[in-house]
Amino acid sequence: MEKAPAIELKNITKTFGRIVANHNVNLKVNRGEIMAILGENGSGKTTLMNMISGIYFPDSGHIFIDGKEVVIASPKDSYKYGIGMIHQHFKLVDVLSAAENIVLGLHGKYNIKEASREVARIASLYGFEIDPAKKIYEMSVSEKQTVEIIKVLYRGADILILDEPTAVLTPQETAKLFAVLRRMKEDGKAIVIITHKLHEVLSISDRVAVLRKGEYICTLETKDATEASLTEAMVGKKVALDIDRADPVDPEDRLIVKDLDCINREGAKVLDDVSFTARSGEILGIAGIAGSGQRELLEAIAGLQHVESGEITYKDPKTGKAENLRDKTPMQIRQLGVRLSFVPEDRLGMGLVGSMDIIDNMMLRSYRKGKSAFLQRKEPRDLANEIIKSLEVVTPSATTPVRRLSGGNVQKVLVGREIAATPTVLMAAYPVRGLDINSSYMIYNLLNQQKERGVAVIFVGEDLDVLIDLCDRILVIGSGHVTGVVDARTTTKEEIGLLMTKSVAHGEGGELNG
Amino acid sequence: MVKSPTEKKVREPLFHIVKRDAIPWWKAWLIRIAAVLIALVVVAVITLVMTGQDPIEMYKAMFDGAVGNSTRTWNLLQDTALLLIVGLAVTPAFKMRFWNIGAQGQILVGCLATTFCMRTFTGKVPTAVLFILMIAFALIAGAVWALIPGIFKAYLNTNETLFTLMMNYIALNLVAFFCFRWSKNSGNDVIGIINRSSKTGWMPDIAGNKFLLNIIIVAVITVAAFVYLKYSKHGYEISVVGESENTARYIGINVKHVIIRTVLISGALCGLAGFLLVSGVHHTLTTDVEGGRGFTAIIVSWMAHFNPFYMILTSFLIVFLEKGAIQVASAKNLQLDDNFSDIVVGIIILFIIGCEFFINYRIKFKSKDKAEEARE
Repeated sequence: MEKAPAIELKNITKTFGRIVANHNVNLKVNRGEIMAILGENGSGKTTLMNMISGIYFPDSGHIFIDGKEVVIASPKDSYKYGIGMIHQHFKLVDVLSAAENIVLGLHGKYNIKEASREVARIASLYGFEIDPAKKIYEMSVSEKQTVEIIKVLYRGADILILDEPTAVLTPQETAKLFAVLRRMKEDGKAIVIITHKLHEVLSISDRVAVLRKGEYICTLETKDATEASLTEAMVGKKVALDIDRADPVDPEDRLIVKDLDCINREGAKVLDDVSFTARSGEILGIAGIAGSGQRELLEAIAGLQHVESGEITYKDPKTGKAENLRDKTPMQIRQLGVRLSFVPEDRLGMGLVGSMDIIDNMMLRSYRKGKSAFLQRKEPRDLANEIIKSLEVVTPSATTPVRRLSGGNVQKVLVGREIAATPTVLMAAYPVRGLDINSSYMIYNLLNQQKERGVAVIFVGEDLDVLIDLCDRILVIGSGHVTGVVDARTTTKEEIGLLMTKSVAHGEGGELNG
Repeated sequence: MVKSPTEKKVREPLFHIVKRDAIPWWKAWLIRIAAVLIALVVVAVITLVMTGQDPIEMYKAMFDGAVGNSTRTWNLLQDTALLLIVGLAVTPAFKMRFWNIGAQGQILVGCLATTFCMRTFTGKVPTAVLFILMIAFALIAGAVWALIPGIFKAYLNTNETLFTLMMNYIALNLVAFFCFRWSKNSGNDVIGIINRSSKTGWMPDIAGNKFLLNIIIVAVITVAAFVYLKYSKHGYEISVVGESENTARYIGINVKHVIIRTVLISGALCGLAGFLLVSGVHHTLTTDVEGGRGFTAIIVSWMAHFNPFYMILTSFLIVFLEKGAIQVASAKNLQLDDNFSDIVVGIIILFIIGCEFFINYRIKFKSKDKAEEARE
């Protein structure tokens, strides 16, 4: 007789208001297998896993563990059935040590020594590297992830769900994580990994289940799948996966940053002697591990971050005059006639106002126009309708609060507005984070168009493949230092990966095996 | 093999909560009206069980207290207006997420300034000038009282909730001090009606009606507040700053400037409410002249989702219940005291506020789930 799968979902449906997050999803995961859940953003991957881990409760459908039907009404139930979820955003207490975080919330006697021993045993079994006494705030992102994984193993989980575990890792760290996952698989654990990165699906999983817009599409054997077939299953229609990169036309220096130093609120140096030049008609990519100073760099240029020392100079394309932007507010920068557009990382917290509709968000930059004390909503309304049409924004109407739109549509509204200001410098921080393939490609194409129009584009990205395909030059930063500038046409992922970890001390970047 | 769902013996939660999409306005109002009706039924049952009194009689007394005769009706309308103006005053600050709970103090200093003008300038300047002085002093006093915490918030990021609260106590004791200072027989703290015979500095009657002018003034301010918040550049800036200071900085709004400008408006409107209370209603100064409106106005503003026109409804409702409750407590055919009438008011307001949950969420019961599955 066939062995029952570790976990089986039947006809799971979950709705949020009018939005159907999951519709009749069926899924089987066996022991000793790595199952990838693949889908664009908003396809319902995380919602589905949240139902297995007891965070949401399905509207209808059935869940079976080892062939027995179960009801998972809370995370506690989910632990009971041996399910452990590693969330995308870590849920750890910063001031406690790894071992303390691992035993936190467990009943029974509190014995940190014994716990540490058990943690060490689990670590050696699967090849983790962990120091149980190390405090969370001293840890790198990948160490924190290790703690999260050991936490669920410690609680006896044998069904592991990892939600986009590689999003915050360097290529080297990803390789290490995958090695660990393979060892756990050999140990008979059932592993579910959520991702939208195709090459990872192909390299780690045994089978892959594809979701599209909340619907279960199919399950494929990974060995029979290719990037093209997965993309087709995930997106539905074929998308052109290559970006048409033109050579820069008459590049001239537009923005010159020299010896920039910045200190964050805690007094730590986040930018250290950063120098670079952004040229017109060129896309300058910025690569680096998340939190290496990318945000501060763009915000310093935009006049939102205090600069300790250094120079930021803008060269006017018409007059050729050099303007100093350092220590200027965003308002003063605009009054100088500098057409600087900025798509910040935090879209709803900085670039847009979530509770306002698309029209009012269009006004953000322009509402001051005119002497009247009252708002002029005609132009913004026209602009909103134009952007909805030209960028295919999916929204009930222009008067829908942007918070109600999906991530990709929010980003289209923001990028559309910033481009409508006809910038000479366009900065975009992680503009495709959380976006599905179609929206991502639309954004890439918009950036490419701006470059062809002669705009100096600065693009902070995390997907190295995209950076290499889209940019002309790539500036790599690590811990606030510029660790290298490479030609995107000749560089490799490995070269950038090494530069990203170069200035991170403790020899961590050196371990490429695993 | 897998057992069929009908024979399963698994514990399923009784219900779970599902977030709703935006629901049409009429449905939302249906829920609100239903909440009021249910509240009335619950109150009726509680009244019967706890006191043995006839709930119908109690509701009759409530209506009698609120709109029983024309004086009561006019009083109801005037008190609605006076509560409404304070609600309007705190709203710009609230929309900016500046938790101004110092309306009480700002009203009191407005009352104090008005009283000062009436006592000092009566007979020395023409009546028109006196009115200008009273209004100007009241506006400035309220504005200053809000400005102090506003400056600290804008420049030092102090907690405005505690700060405005403390300013209330200072204002209250200032008023107490001047009641003592200005009292007729020194020491009894009673100022008495100012200009009782000449009625100088009293808000004039319109068509023989002493309530009407107050109500008209507040009606005009209501429209102005709506336009200001929705159609002016200032109102737009308030919304942006309230939603996200980072966005405000990103587009170059001077956040400090907006905070200070908005608390000035908020405080000045409270000061104006103080002027109306002294010149239009009480014609004297006491420590309880403000009547708790500074705090009640917070409920008015929140329940109306910061919309000035909805605030007309919410302030009317609260004043109606308050007036009714007084009558319930004193009606001779009912043996109920003011403690019980407060319970009644509390339950009704709880239902009205609580029903917002059902506007935002839906509860799904398990029996319904099964029925749905059976159909599949």
